Amino acid sequence: MKNIRNFCIIAHIDHGKSTLADRLLSTTGTVSQREEQDQILDDMDIERERGITIKSHAIQMQYKHTDNVDYILNLIDTPGHVDFSYEVSRSIAACEGVLLIVDASQGIQAQTISNLYLALENDLEIIPVLNKIDMPGAMIEEVADQIIDLIGCEREEILEASGKTGQGVEKILEAVVERIPAPKGDKDAPLQAMIFDSVFNSYRGVIAYFRIFNGTLKKKDKVKFFNTGQNYFADEIGVLELNPLEKKELSVGDVGYIITGVKESKEIKVGDTITLQENPCEEAIKGFEDVKPMVFAGIYPIDSDDYEDLRDSIEKLQLNDASLVFEPETSIALGFGFRCGFLGMLHLEIIQERLEREYDLGIIITTPQVTYDCFTTKGEKVVIHNPSDLPDPSTIDRIEEPYIKAQVITKPEFIGSIMNLCMEKRGVLTNQVYLSTSRVEITFEMPMAEIVFDFYDKLKSISKGYASFDYYMTDFKAGNLVRMDIKLNGDNVDAFSTMIHRDKAYNFGSKLCKKLRELIPKQQFVIAIQAAIGMKIIARETISAMRKDVTAKCYGGDISRKRKLLEKQKKGKKKMRQFGKVEVPQKAFLAVLKLDD
Amino acid sequence: MLSFAKKYLMAGIYIHIPFCKTACNYCNFHFSTSMNMKNDFVQALLKEIELRNIYLGLETIESIYFGGGTPSLLEAEDLKQIFEALYKQYKIASDAEITLEANPDDIDKEKLLVWKQSGINRLSIGTQSFIERDLQFMKRVHTAEEAKKSILLAAESGFDNITIDLIYGVPNQSEMDWLSNLSMAMDLPIQHLSCYALTVEEDTILFHDIRKGKTAAPIDENASTHFDILMAFAAENGIEHYEISNFCKPGFESKHNTSYWQNKAYIGLGPSAHSFNKISRQWNIANNKKYIDALNENKLLFEEETLTKTERLNEYIMTGLRTKWGIDLSYIDEVFDKKKELMNKIGNEDQSLFEWEIKRSKKGTAFIYKLSNKGMHFADRIASNLFFD
Repeated sequence: MKNIRNFCIIAHIDHGKSTLADRLLSTTGTVSQREEQDQILDDMDIERERGITIKSHAIQMQYKHTDNVDYILNLIDTPGHVDFSYEVSRSIAACEGVLLIVDASQGIQAQTISNLYLALENDLEIIPVLNKIDMPGAMIEEVADQIIDLIGCEREEILEASGKTGQGVEKILEAVVERIPAPKGDKDAPLQAMIFDSVFNSYRGVIAYFRIFNGTLKKKDKVKFFNTGQNYFADEIGVLELNPLEKKELSVGDVGYIITGVKESKEIKVGDTITLQENPCEEAIKGFEDVKPMVFAGIYPIDSDDYEDLRDSIEKLQLNDASLVFEPETSIALGFGFRCGFLGMLHLEIIQERLEREYDLGIIITTPQVTYDCFTTKGEKVVIHNPSDLPDPSTIDRIEEPYIKAQVITKPEFIGSIMNLCMEKRGVLTNQVYLSTSRVEITFEMPMAEIVFDFYDKLKSISKGYASFDYYMTDFKAGNLVRMDIKLNGDNVDAFSTMIHRDKAYNFGSKLCKKLRELIPKQQFVIAIQAAIGMKIIARETISAMRKDVTAKCYGGDISRKRKLLEKQKKGKKKMRQFGKVEVPQKAFLAVLKLDD
Repeated sequence: MLSFAKKYLMAGIYIHIPFCKTACNYCNFHFSTSMNMKNDFVQALLKEIELRNIYLGLETIESIYFGGGTPSLLEAEDLKQIFEALYKQYKIASDAEITLEANPDDIDKEKLLVWKQSGINRLSIGTQSFIERDLQFMKRVHTAEEAKKSILLAAESGFDNITIDLIYGVPNQSEMDWLSNLSMAMDLPIQHLSCYALTVEEDTILFHDIRKGKTAAPIDENASTHFDILMAFAAENGIEHYEISNFCKPGFESKHNTSYWQNKAYIGLGPSAHSFNKISRQWNIANNKKYIDALNENKLLFEEETLTKTERLNEYIMTGLRTKWGIDLSYIDEVFDKKKELMNKIGNEDQSLFEWEIKRSKKGTAFIYKLSNKGMHFADRIASNLFFD
C-alpha cells in the first residue's frame, strides 16, 4: 500500500492533458512504441477528434523511483467538461493527488478552477504543472504567478513540462511519488470500494472501475452494491494496465475493475460503494448522487420507418452511457420519437453525433430545454420536460425554472461586455475577484435556460475567446414563463415550441421567424412563418413562392455535372421533413440555438 | 473498349476552340483571352482528331459543331487543316450539319466566304441582346447594330441556317425590352433561336461583381416572367419550342444539340470537351497548356466516368423532360424496366406540371410524358424528384 500512488489530472480543454498522459505512459514503459498512438486514453473517435475526454479512464503504471523502489501509479483520466462534473468529482474522490496542468500560453481557465476546488475539498495533494513551455507564446512567469495566487504554493513547487517534447516528464513522475501521499485505510476492515466509472463490453457486460478505501476484495467474493442494494458475484477482478490484467485479490489503495455479469450500464451507478455481502461496511462512501439529466430534447427519425432502428441505437448507447435517459414520445409534427435527457449541451451534441456516425441514422433533434416545475392552482406540481406537457395556462399558478451559479474567468477589458451579456441573459452579478492583474473571476446567478441557447457562443465572441466558463445548478425560482409556438402556414409545428420568459418572447420570436425564413427553402407556394403565444401572433415572416428552378444550358459538357447536382439535391430532400405541404430541412430544428449567426 | 464502342453510332463531333478576345461577365466555359498558344492548339487538335478516331471506326458523322470560346477567331488556314484532318479520319455524311459559333464582331464578307467554302452550313451568331445597355452589362465587345448587320451579311452570303443566342432576365431588362429583342429577332433572316436565362455561375466576373456589390443580381421573378413571354411569343409566331432554351422554325432543330438530349453518342475534341458513347463519358482536361503538352507526346489527357444503369436512366429523365420529345414510357420499360415506378413518381407530382401524348405507330403505342409550360419553369426540381436511387 505504501508503494501505491493514485492521482488524476485536472486541465482545461486543449491544455495538453492527453498528450502529457501519453508521455507518462511511454516514459514508464506502460505502452511500447508500437502501441503508441495519440491520446491513448481517449478511445472514442469523438474524443480523439474533438480533443476532449468524455468518459473516465484508469491506467496502472509501474515506475522505478530514484530510491530504486518500484511504485504502482494509478492514473485516473477524467472528463474536463462541466456536463460531466459529477464523474469528475468521483474520480477526484478516488485519488490522493492531482496534477494541475495549465497551458503556459493560455493561463488558468474557469473549468480548471472549479475542478481544482473539488480537489481542494477532497484534500488532494496538488502538483501544479506548467505545460507547453516550448510554445513561442508561453508566459511562464505570469502563469506561474496565477497558480501561486490561486493555490498558495511556492514558485519552486511548480513543475515545467512539455508534452510535445517530453521535457519535464521525469520530474512529474518523481513528484507524484514524493509529494502525493500513499493511500490510507484498513486492510482488515469491511470492504469499502467506490465505483468511479463503468464501461460496457459486448462480451462481458458492464465493467465497473473502482478504488478500494478499506478491506480486501477477492475473485468469487459475493459483493453488494450499497446504494442500489443489488447483490452480485465478483466473476472477475483485476487491474487496468493498457489491457485489463486479471488478479485474484485486490486491497486497500488499489484501483481496479470488477465484472459481475451485469448487462446494463444503468444498473451500475457511478459513486456507489461496493462491499461484501458477508461482513458489509456500515456506511457508504460519501458523495453518491443519482445524476439527473439537466437538458431535454426530442429525438426523431427523419424517416419514420427508422423508428425501431432509432430505439435500438439509443438503447445501445445507453448501455454505454448510463446518464442518457429516454422515453417514447409523440409529436404531432414529427410522429414517433423519444424524449431524451442529457447532462448538458455537450452531452447532447455527443449523442447526436454518435447516433449519426456510429448508427448511420438521420435524426431531428428538437429545441433543447431545461426541466421546469409547473405548479397548478390546485397545488399540484407537474415536471415539464417538453413544452407540450404544459397544462392549460388558466390552471397554472406559477412556473419555476432551474438557476445556476456561473463563473467566468476573463481579462479585465472584457468585464463590461460580459456583464452586459449576463444581464441580457437575466443574470445577476454576485461577485468579482481579481485573480491577478490580468485575470478576473466574475460570478453570477442566472436561469439555466439561458445557457442552453447561445450563451457560450456569445461569450466566446465578445471576449475574443479569452473567457472561460463554468457553472453548477443551485435551485429553482419562479419566473414569468410562457410557451411560444411556431406555425407554418397556420399549422403549429410542435417541435419548434419553446419555453421562454415573456419579456424576451417578442424579440426571440421575430429572430426565430427570420432565421427560419433563411433556412426553409423556397417552395412552389407562399409560406407564412408565425410565432405565437397562445392565440396571439407575435411575429411573422413570409417566404415567397419559388418562380423557377431550371438550368438554362444543358449540352454535352453540362449533362454529367447537372445530373450529379440533381442527385445531390434529391439526397438533400431526404433530409427534409414535410409539414402539410411545407418541407423543412433538418438543420432548421436547431435554428433556435444559432439565432445570431 | 474498341469492340463495344464500335457498336454504337457516334453521331456527332464537338470541337472546342478555347480562345476569346475578352471575357463576357456571365461565361464559365473554358477559354483563354491570350492567343499565344493558338497555333500550338491547332496542331494539338489535329493530333487529337487522329487519336480519337479509334473510337469511331467506320461510323458516319452526322454533325460537327465548332463551339467555344470563339471559333470565329480561327483563321482560314486553321479551318482548312482541321477539315482536312476530319475528312481524312472520319466518314462524314454528305448532308452533315456543320455549325460554327461566331461573334458578330468577327463576321465579314471574307470570313463568311471561307466558312462557306470549308463546308460550314450553319452559323450560330452570339448576339445576346439588341439593347446596348444589356450588351454593356454583359461586357460584350460588339454593338447591337453590329449584331444586326452581321446576321444580314451572313444571310446575304448564302447561309440559310442561322441561329442566334439571346439572354433574358438581365438586371434592368424590362418586359418590353425583352419583347423588343424577340421582335427584332423575328424581323431578321434567322431559322433558329436559343434563349437563355442569365445565370450566375461560380467563377465568373458576374459572380464576383455581385458578391462585391458592384452589380445587381438577376431576379428569378423577372426571368420567370420573361420565360413566359418567350413561350407565348413563340407560340404566336409559329416557332417551335423544342427544348427549354431552344426554338426554331419547323424542321430547323439543331441536329447536333438534339443528339445530346436523345442519348446519342458524340466525341468532343479540344480542352474541356466531353465525349460520350452511351456507356462512359470522358472529358478532356480544361487547360490549354496541359492539353497541348499531352498531345505533343501523343497522349490524351482526360477523366472518365462509367455510367451505371440508374445514372443512364436519370440522364434520360433529365434531358428528355427538357424537350418536346419528352420521356417515352415504352423506352423506359424496354431499356430500364422501371415503367411502373416512374409512373408512380409522376403520379405523386403536381399534374399541372405535365402534359402527355399517345403516339401510335406500327411498333405499337407509345406513351409520352412532357413538361407543360408551367412545368418548364421547374424542370430541374421535377427531374430530381423523378430520379431513381
